[in-house]
Amino acid sequence: MAFSNEQLERYSRHIILKEVGAKGQKKLQAAKVLIIGAGGLGAPAALYLAAAGVGTIGIADADAVDLSNLQRQVIHATPDIGKAKVCSAKQSMQAINPEVQVNTYQCFVTAANVMELVADYDFVLDGTDNFPAKFLINDACVLSAKPFSHAGIIRFQGQLMTYVPGQGPCYRCAFQNPPPADAVPTCRQAGVIGAMGGVIGSLQAMEAVKYIIGQGDLLCGSLLTFDALKMEFRKIKLPRRDTCAVCGSQPTILAAFDYKQAACDLKPAT
Amino acid sequence: MADRVEFAIDETVDITDVVCPVTFVKAKVALEELDAGQILAIRLSDGEPVVNVPRSLKDEGHQVLKLADNCDGTYTLLVRRMEED
Repeated sequence: MAFSNEQLERYSRHIILKEVGAKGQKKLQAAKVLIIGAGGLGAPAALYLAAAGVGTIGIADADAVDLSNLQRQVIHATPDIGKAKVCSAKQSMQAINPEVQVNTYQCFVTAANVMELVADYDFVLDGTDNFPAKFLINDACVLSAKPFSHAGIIRFQGQLMTYVPGQGPCYRCAFQNPPPADAVPTCRQAGVIGAMGGVIGSLQAMEAVKYIIGQGDLLCGSLLTFDALKMEFRKIKLPRRDTCAVCGSQPTILAAFDYKQAACDLKPAT
Repeated sequence: MADRVEFAIDETVDITDVVCPVTFVKAKVALEELDAGQILAIRLSDGEPVVNVPRSLKDEGHQVLKLADNCDGTYTLLVRRMEED
């Protein structure tokens, strides 16, 4: 399919790049990315991927926009308070780029639906805020051979890594099991600097774009950490573990399953 | 004479309907559609496009063959698509 003059103008800064070109832009148009969590990480990632012209973007989140979200979740605005996050996110994404198909999933991602959700997509972006969800997404992506970007943010710190099937280690290779429910505070309890979501979520979008256009080196086999107070990035090598319970040579995890979530972290249904 | 050489044109594109930087982008995209060795004829306007587009395409590694004045404020630029690196 040929680009219209309007598309050539919209994507001109991409197409001019040798690494993208018309071919890369067409790959972006044909790509399907699933973003789990329309929060601090998902917000910038969804905006950049929509702006980049990723043809189909799925966004999953069960929550509604809350006043306390707006300090960092830049895809939502004050008039959106009370709206489903996925609807608010879809509106913002399509306002930037009406060409993008946005699929919304207003639900918690659990073992019951995760395999079906990821099946339709080429790349998954984990923008969740809790360990049970992160392990669930990891297991589902490993089991269904989907590349995905893991990320986490808290206070002035952030980290991310990218899993590519058959290549690097998975999240479980690095962190075998979730920490005990009360050992690590959540963002709600510990706080997070708003721009941290912008930094790390944008890096996740960058990984997704690089994966789609097939350029550069992914954070596959390494964990990138960012300390904003020291303004330091560190790239830590992560080996693949042959004894990993999900991606090792004799896996014991053969299906996605849910860890129990700390009750205080679950909002009552409203 | 070198400027009398005739080239077989494989494809044509008109970039007089867009402005910088889309002029170059439109030409680049049209070239990417061709196979290596094929020749694209680009109709472009006098002024900025005729100055910048041939240079940008050369920078991309393509071979600029000929620039002809159409005497109506437009030019026709012939470019050969080179191999991708």
